Amino acid sequence: MSTLLEMRSITKKFPGVKALDDVSITVEEGEIHAICGENGAGKSTLMKVLSGVYPAGSYDGEIHYDGNLAAFRNISDSENQGIIIIHQELALIPQLSIAENIFLGNEQANKGIVNWRKTFSGTETLLAKVGLSEAPSTRLDTLGVGKQQLVEIAKALSKDVRLLILDEPTAALSEADSQVLLDLMLELKSKGVTCIIISHKLNEVRKVADSVTVIRDGVTVSTMNTKVETVTEDIIVRDMVGREMGARYPSRETKLGEPLLEINDWSVWHPEQSERQVIKNINMSVRAGEVVGIAGVMGAGRTELAMSLFGKSYGRNISGSVKMHGKPIDVSSVGKAISTGLAYVTEDRKSLGLILDDNIQRNITLANLGNVSKAGVIVEAEETKVAEHYRSTMNVRTPSVFQTVGNLSGGNQQKVVLSKWLFTDPEVLILDEPTRGIDVGAKFEIYGIINNLAAQGKGIVFISSEMPELLGMCDRIYVMNEGTFVGELAAKDASQESIMSLIVTD
Amino acid sequence: MSNSKTNASGQLRTYLSNHLREYGLLFALIAIMAFFQIMTGGILLRPVNITNLFLQNSYIIIMALGMLLIIVTGNIDLSVGSVMGFVGAFAAVLIVSHGLSVAAALPICLIMGALIGAAQGYWVAYWKIPSFIVTLAGMLVFRGLSLWLLEGQSIGPFPKSFQSLSTGFIPDVFGINRPNGTALAAGVITVCLIVWMGMRARARDKSYGIIGEPQALFIIRNIIIAGALLFITYKLSTFRGLPNVLITMAILTVVYAFITENTVLGRRIYALGGNEKASKLSGIKTEKMTFLAFVNMGVLAALAGLIFAARLNTATPKAGLSVELDVIAAVFIGGASMSGGSGKIIGAVVGAFIMGVMNNGMSILGIGIDYQQIIKGLVLLAAVFFDVYNKSKQG
Ligand SMILES: Nc1ncnc2c1ncn2[C@@H]1O[C@H](COP(=O)(O)OP(=O)(O)OP(=O)(O)O)[C@@H](O)[C@H]1O
Ligand SMILES: [Mg+2]
Repeated sequence: MSTLLEMRSITKKFPGVKALDDVSITVEEGEIHAICGENGAGKSTLMKVLSGVYPAGSYDGEIHYDGNLAAFRNISDSENQGIIIIHQELALIPQLSIAENIFLGNEQANKGIVNWRKTFSGTETLLAKVGLSEAPSTRLDTLGVGKQQLVEIAKALSKDVRLLILDEPTAALSEADSQVLLDLMLELKSKGVTCIIISHKLNEVRKVADSVTVIRDGVTVSTMNTKVETVTEDIIVRDMVGREMGARYPSRETKLGEPLLEINDWSVWHPEQSERQVIKNINMSVRAGEVVGIAGVMGAGRTELAMSLFGKSYGRNISGSVKMHGKPIDVSSVGKAISTGLAYVTEDRKSLGLILDDNIQRNITLANLGNVSKAGVIVEAEETKVAEHYRSTMNVRTPSVFQTVGNLSGGNQQKVVLSKWLFTDPEVLILDEPTRGIDVGAKFEIYGIINNLAAQGKGIVFISSEMPELLGMCDRIYVMNEGTFVGELAAKDASQESIMSLIVTD
Repeated sequence: MSNSKTNASGQLRTYLSNHLREYGLLFALIAIMAFFQIMTGGILLRPVNITNLFLQNSYIIIMALGMLLIIVTGNIDLSVGSVMGFVGAFAAVLIVSHGLSVAAALPICLIMGALIGAAQGYWVAYWKIPSFIVTLAGMLVFRGLSLWLLEGQSIGPFPKSFQSLSTGFIPDVFGINRPNGTALAAGVITVCLIVWMGMRARARDKSYGIIGEPQALFIIRNIIIAGALLFITYKLSTFRGLPNVLITMAILTVVYAFITENTVLGRRIYALGGNEKASKLSGIKTEKMTFLAFVNMGVLAALAGLIFAARLNTATPKAGLSVELDVIAAVFIGGASMSGGSGKIIGAVVGAFIMGVMNNGMSILGIGIDYQQIIKGLVLLAAVFFDVYNKSKQG
């Protein structure tokens, strides 16, 4: 095996932040190389340096690729050399077809006129390679995230890829979809494609990676080869956080209080297709001090349920009753829902949770400006105090609360969203995939926060596609499938198998 | 010792490069004024011309305040020129043709502006019809309506009290008259206020450990602003003192700057422009905010129409023709972004002044309207290019 890529002493600074501080990494030809590290460790930045998003000259250090010193000025420079990156955020256009997306910027055309036959047949070949059986003319937004991710990879394959970089490809995928993707990576490897994968799901890393590099605070901590040494999740975690981690889930003593939130006969229809009932007569309750999970596969309707409850932000013809503390409440607008003590932490922080161009402080106070203002005038000193409070209690890694949220790493953005909703002081907090794209250390912190809230007598609704997490955290779990609750399990009776069997037998 | 010095100058440089836009704008205004001052052989900054500059540009500045908010919400209003003309005509019909008193006509006209804004905002906010289309329609409708109202003729003249909206001056309370004591006092007080507020903000930043503007820069900037203000008020005082419109403009600018930067309402409007869906999920009534921005724009366009009619002392069917372009250009020169969510009131005002000084300077030089348009167009493009270039360098 020969060395394909060597990055030496890479240092990259942003105003006020040193994202990478002398990082080195060596990738052998034909291997799958995982990069692990906490949120904000610099993983994405390192890959952006490699792929020319940050051009040569804007960082220090050297990149040796295929035996030559590389100085990429932009992405097409690196793509010409066979380096293809699939970013943390999907970069596809939802309104276009699969075929148009795959050949975007690389249109199969003759003298400027698109050759559709070539485009479609090319797409079919590529889709076959990634194991996707959709028509090339299918509009992208009709596909689930898992399939969209496969389209991204098909797009990468259309470009003669030698080194494929995947930045958290499975963060938004269900376990089944993740498995498909990992199998595909192994297949590509057998065809000689080298892969770099960034992931917070360490079990996946262990499954596919030949070597693992761990980065912490912009510095390479260790590189391990799974062929020569046994690499366990615990070892990776230890290197990531710099100390031994104990249990994955902090323990909590459940003290159940009176019923807080009660939902009866909740039904919701699809906003555009008026025939389609998305949520079907759901009954649900949350008690004070209780963490209630909602399990289900992607598309089960969990987000739709939560959003329809939260100020009718989703759907039409919503019917059913909602009670808080035993009294009926009005949740017909987001403002009303917030004032009755509901809060909803979205699964899609970038487009629904944050104002990316605004700073941390402004994002945290947005949903509760009343609390940092007097007679409609914002008291900035108060606002900064609030933001600083959450920065330290939530451990947001940033030089100041005036940092633009768009510049934060994914995990730190998630903490900002969470802070924003904690600041509304909710009675019942609905968390939709709150640990997506978050490192183990931060996950543990967030679990701790959830336990704290429960101990204060709040009710928590915990939506997650990661079953171990639900099993580790919840007192009770509803299992949802195709818009209805198909089962309800007490934590002690629940297991991955019992949940899956409820979904499958439905 | 020398080390700390280079460190300080390094800090200055990074600060400047991060805030290039704001200082660039101020610098551009000064440079343009210096240029025309020299080219016109000193006419530009003569007391009478400074007074004229304010009278000529007041209505553009007033509308730029509203347009900034519209653009911050991610919309655009193409109808403001027509609305301004229409309200001027409406006032003429009320006051001149029907003999209504000025005191009664003014509020009626402003309410008319609000209704026009509401009518357009309704379609944009609640029916999600693109503002470009709604206000393009509004532009045609209100241009047509003013023609209809005036029957193609000019109506005038207005009574004295109406004219003073624009051409009136604040009397000298000290009775000196030349130089005008009120104007001088107002200049000095404003300068003191600006410096005091600047120092207070710095002290606050410091107590939070925020590294703000380097001291040297703060002092230089304040000296320039104070010097300019004192110079202008002195010049004005040697002519007829402070024009009424200048006071209207100054008060509105301060009020809107305060609303956008310090109030919950302002924060919500910017949030909506930054990410509408996220704002909605944070409990912000995004439709209502957009609607209000249009109502506000309508009122300001009506006020501008009144001031414009008062200055000409007649309402003509041509009033406000293609003024919307100057207003929109001023806001973009001032640094607002087309996609919404960013831009400052003070930027829009300086942008309007840049347009105004260019208009005025080029007219004095006798440059034809053809070249004037070409030059203004290129300046707009240059300003926006400078923005985009700056951003790409930082990103
Ligand atoms: N454009 C930028 N401007 C300023 N700081 C930045 C910028 N991009 C990244 N950073 C900072 O650099 C550091 C590394 O960020 P990076 O996105 O590489 O983290 P990451 O390891 O990919 O984290 P995650 O697992 O959360 O995705 C973070 O502290 C982040 O705030
Ligand atoms: Mg990342």
